[in-house]
Amino acid sequence: MSDTAPTLELKDLDVVYRVRGRDRQILRGVSLTIGPGETYGLVGESGCGKSTTALAVVGYLASNGRIRSGSIRVAGREVVGLSNKALRELRANDVSMVYQNPGEALNPSIRVGDQVAEVFHVRGASNEEAMELTLQALSKVQIADPESVMARYPHQLSGGMQQRVVIAMALANDPALLILDEPTTSLDATVEAEVLDLIQHLQVEFRTSVLFITHNLGVIAKMCERVGVLYAGRLVEEGPVDTVLKDPRHPYTVGLLRCVPRGGARKDRGRLDTIPGFLPSLDEELRACVFANRCGLAQDVCRGSEPPLYQITEDHSSRCYFHEQAQALPRATPANLGQPVAVDRSKAPLLAVKELTKTFEQNGRHIHALEAVSAALWPGETLGLVGESGSGKTTFARAVLGLFAPTAGTVELDAHVLPPTLAKRTRDDVRGLQIVFQNPDSALNRRHAVRRILRRSLKKLAGISGAPAEERLLTLAGSVRLAERYLTVRPSQLSGGLKQRVAIARAFAGEPRLVVCDEPTSALDVSVQAAILNLLVELQAQHRVAYLFISHDLGVVRYISDRIAVLYLGRLMEMGPAEVVFDGPHHPYTEALLSAVPTIDGGGRARIKLAGEIPSAAAPPTGCVFHTRCHRRIGAICDQQEPPLVEVEPGHLMRCHIPIEELRRLQRPATEAVPLSGSTKPAA
Amino acid sequence: MSTVATTVQLSETRIARRETRQQLLRSKTFMAGAIIIAFWVLCAVFGHRIAPHDPLAQSFPQLEGLSRTYPFGTDQLGRDVFSRVLAGARDILIVAPLATLLGIVGGTIIGLVTGYFRGLTDDVVSRIVDAVLSLPLIVIAVTVLVALGHSTLTVIVVIGLVFAPIVSRTVRAAVLAERQLDYVSASRLQGERAPYVMFVEILPNVMGPIVVEATVRLGYAIFAVAGLTFLGFGVQPPSPDWALQIADNYTLLGAGTYWWTVLFPALAIISLVVAVNLVADGLARVFGR
Repeated sequence: MSDTAPTLELKDLDVVYRVRGRDRQILRGVSLTIGPGETYGLVGESGCGKSTTALAVVGYLASNGRIRSGSIRVAGREVVGLSNKALRELRANDVSMVYQNPGEALNPSIRVGDQVAEVFHVRGASNEEAMELTLQALSKVQIADPESVMARYPHQLSGGMQQRVVIAMALANDPALLILDEPTTSLDATVEAEVLDLIQHLQVEFRTSVLFITHNLGVIAKMCERVGVLYAGRLVEEGPVDTVLKDPRHPYTVGLLRCVPRGGARKDRGRLDTIPGFLPSLDEELRACVFANRCGLAQDVCRGSEPPLYQITEDHSSRCYFHEQAQALPRATPANLGQPVAVDRSKAPLLAVKELTKTFEQNGRHIHALEAVSAALWPGETLGLVGESGSGKTTFARAVLGLFAPTAGTVELDAHVLPPTLAKRTRDDVRGLQIVFQNPDSALNRRHAVRRILRRSLKKLAGISGAPAEERLLTLAGSVRLAERYLTVRPSQLSGGLKQRVAIARAFAGEPRLVVCDEPTSALDVSVQAAILNLLVELQAQHRVAYLFISHDLGVVRYISDRIAVLYLGRLMEMGPAEVVFDGPHHPYTEALLSAVPTIDGGGRARIKLAGEIPSAAAPPTGCVFHTRCHRRIGAICDQQEPPLVEVEPGHLMRCHIPIEELRRLQRPATEAVPLSGSTKPAA
Repeated sequence: MSTVATTVQLSETRIARRETRQQLLRSKTFMAGAIIIAFWVLCAVFGHRIAPHDPLAQSFPQLEGLSRTYPFGTDQLGRDVFSRVLAGARDILIVAPLATLLGIVGGTIIGLVTGYFRGLTDDVVSRIVDAVLSLPLIVIAVTVLVALGHSTLTVIVVIGLVFAPIVSRTVRAAVLAERQLDYVSASRLQGERAPYVMFVEILPNVMGPIVVEATVRLGYAIFAVAGLTFLGFGVQPPSPDWALQIADNYTLLGAGTYWWTVLFPALAIISLVVAVNLVADGLARVFGR
């Protein structure tokens, strides 16, 4: 291996999948190079060909896929056309890959130690050597107690720990190239931040080149030096991360960046922009610009011929005729549509939850999923619910809906107490509370056509059937921008965004008072997410419906919420107006959550590392439940006494022993350091 | 552009459906089984008419070996074995599918209820199911038939009732997986009652496993009916039923010479059971189980 050769070099790579006797082109002449020790980010929405690129490099294309032309060179050596044996050697020695779901990447029936040691066995190590090397490998990925981890099975580890083990295995052979395919997408924000820190750290130590595949522009900004934007199998823009994110020169990149709610974007200050239309179908043989159909700048020339690669600066290129005007891309969605209505909190609240508690019994243990959480919601208001997985967000929402009975506490709607479960609630109460689920695939019955699903909802929730129902159905579909032609098909034939529109239409079939949105956009691409968020805001303005909005994406929560509640281990830690919770002073836990999120505009906040993992809800810590991980712990009082939830400012509740003024003082430097622009480099 | 998208989508559905069908047609196991079953169904319907001789007539020479006139020989009452094999599918192909149908319907209901409600209902019903499963089918069937007197209806009911708990386990497992999905919660949040959720929302989604289970059960039902008939509790004379033929003639095997009286009806039963299982395999593979 010569040091001057790039670690990975793709040249005019064309990949096709053969489906029903025809070749469908997935990658169209992709060329990119990754130098030694460089981190290259590949970004794009689902179906753009990101994963196919990675699979082509390691020779793992599905059996119907093949490289039609082009070349892949790893450390100067041609990969295309290698025999299976040579490919195996390549994967054993030069390239490693880490996938999105660590739980699936590990064999559930083999102890972690034996699994990692296997990599060293393959490379000819003896038993003792392999175990010794495994111990070292696990220490390198900052696993605190490697011996005990080695003796455990994968399911006994948390998601973050599992991903560390997978990374340890990937680095075990000291590869020249490490491919990370959405390595943190399934992890909580705080865990994601730790894994990203670890990858950065290891990259410096091992001098490995990294191909980082993600849909998250914030992660790209944090992790990568250069970025390539992939659209419909075509690399449409490439350049240094700072340049591409701050001075994008392709309309698709511009559109993507506008879709993401960031920099304090809020629903009352304007709507998110969207990218109209859909990815081109794989059947289409594209001779024009791949993005022309969705581009607001497209002219005849764009539809007539494929634009060449324009070199804007030495290292920044764009495949757009109008790269100079890219940032002048007209908005697809006007900024001033359907302004939200002001919330009047002087009146009685719509929903009042009092001391809601839920304890699950599991194998004789009591899981305290929710501990005396109280909250109120006014008509037309959105309460954002944030916290790591296991914090009780979903339990809270489902108990409010009546899907199960709470152990203690009450839910009041319009000042009357609701019976604990659905079966005992009146028809009107049931109609008033609806939900939009996270995963539109499982939220819609896959055996029923869209029309049937919505007709039934109209009948049950609005009491309309027969001929008037058909009319209402069309109005309803129109209000969620669902074209009439989609009514006849089954959900499986719809894209994720369209399915979510059907789910929203179902929730709005009656006149709901409160709609629980349980991560409604986290399974969607950013451009679709923007459209769905816009729709939710618009419907809220029209119907004065209240939302209980659960999300782990703080940018999204900030955009849509009027107030935010932060949960930890089933307890309300902080609640207040969205701006106050985000701008601080915050609860130390909120502070840590906020600092963990990688942002496109650069990581202004200093990263706060939380010690250890979220404790078990079966045995919550004494005193303040957060004291075991808190970076601002002040002493024994935190371990012994649970702080009360007090109103520290008007409308701002917090559960912490540290006085608000002290928190304000402690947090000020970090808050003030938020730059409007600046370095996105992780070196800081 | 929008119309183009619609046509593309609709044709995609049609293509997907055609693909399922083609997958079945291409599956050699499925096709072999289906052809054999189709043959025996035709025989059950038209067997009496296409048979060279009257299957019930006792007017031929007794215990003749294979010949041009009597391809499978004749039995001890002077009946043509070939004609009787052709016509012998009728009763078993009525009794076994009806028993299976009863078992599937009963088992589906039990499975839906136990899987959906869980808790106490599930515990109680599941223990009863375990109790039924611990006794051999033939023992239960013979006991009931002796107690109640045998009729075709009783045979169908007994086999159906014994199958129901077995089927219910498969259905329950499928329902348990299905009820976790959000559309079930969504349906409850619309104020749907349990029967609607079970039968309209969940049932269509567990039809795959039920269809596969039905074919597997059909194989066992054919087995059971043949066994009961052989013991004298199933199909009654003078039907040319295969198991009845074996029962009539198996004592002659001792002499060693009259094998054809038993072999051909036995082969017929075997071919039918094997064919049903081939179809079950094919379906299971397509439905991904």
